[in-house]
Amino acid sequence: MSARTLCLGLMLVFAASYAMAQVGGEKRRSGYQDMGEALQKMQDDDTANPGMLFVQLGGQLWAKPAGAENKSCADCHGAAANSMKGVATRYPAIPQGADRPVDLEGRINLCRTEHQKADRLPPENRDLLALEAYVAHQSRGMPIAPPYGPVLDAFRAQGEGIYRRRQGQLNLSCAICHDDNAGKKLAGIAIPEAHPTGYPIYRLEWQALGSLKRRLRNCLVGIRAEAWPLDAPEYVALELYLMERAKGLPLETPAVRP
Amino acid sequence: MSNILVNAPKTAKRGEVVEIKALIMHPMETGFRPGPNGRIIPRNIIERFTATWNGAEIFAMEMSPAIAANPFVSFFARANESGTVVLRWTGDEGFAVEERVAIAVE
Repeated sequence: MSARTLCLGLMLVFAASYAMAQVGGEKRRSGYQDMGEALQKMQDDDTANPGMLFVQLGGQLWAKPAGAENKSCADCHGAAANSMKGVATRYPAIPQGADRPVDLEGRINLCRTEHQKADRLPPENRDLLALEAYVAHQSRGMPIAPPYGPVLDAFRAQGEGIYRRRQGQLNLSCAICHDDNAGKKLAGIAIPEAHPTGYPIYRLEWQALGSLKRRLRNCLVGIRAEAWPLDAPEYVALELYLMERAKGLPLETPAVRP
Repeated sequence: MSNILVNAPKTAKRGEVVEIKALIMHPMETGFRPGPNGRIIPRNIIERFTATWNGAEIFAMEMSPAIAANPFVSFFARANESGTVVLRWTGDEGFAVEERVAIAVE
């Protein structure tokens, strides 16, 4: 064996062991890993995962013209499999010419009002969630890759502030449960690490697809805090921080959760 | 129109027992819940699900208000001849949808 092939071989061994160390070194857990085997199988099977019904619906809506312009999403963006690949891993982001970040849902509504001249879809609307799920599904398996910038970082810092601030009658912060006590049980259920890896999710308790905003409002009610109004910027700030925490974890949309 | 996902094998050996799985988007509104205005939301469920293989019924079930939204049904059938399996959901408010899958028997 020549010195060159030996050197190349050693490099390959190092690269492989480095990659394995990276995978093995991942301490963060998606909520997927804390679910039972039956639910994991439900999520993995595209014909058993009820979220896929909404992805299918989203695909139909993607091609359906809407608004005064009578344009569909596909008229501008073409096939979502190409144009939307990886997009969900980068949200929330700042739209061109805007001064504040929007989540994927907000981006879809911006497209509706600016380009389709259609009405905004209200929060938790089935069609809005379906479109969001369809767009996010195109990035399934891709690592979460949040964007950076002075404005985004400021909102992200605000989000981290909310995450660490005690609030509500129970005087709890997000961090107390999801950082300090993650993995332990709360009322018999494992406390997840709060990585938003699969939104919008199909939650069996909801019997429907729901957004991260809905999940955050559930948590706020749980700590007996007053939930912000549905259009409050706090949700986007918090999502920015949560996506930063989950950076590099693969997107699972549409995830199934109990 | 309703969104449906069906998982059935495209081919099967003669006499083989195959599993057919079907998922459908439906609210399965129980008829017991009050809406935001305090009035009861009218019941809207799938009442009956049937499956036929070349016209012969191979599976049927009655559904009740206790069944969750977007019901998932899985059942087994013996593959005797190539043909079309017709899945049919019928229910309240004139709900009636069909989905067809072809299974080739070798």
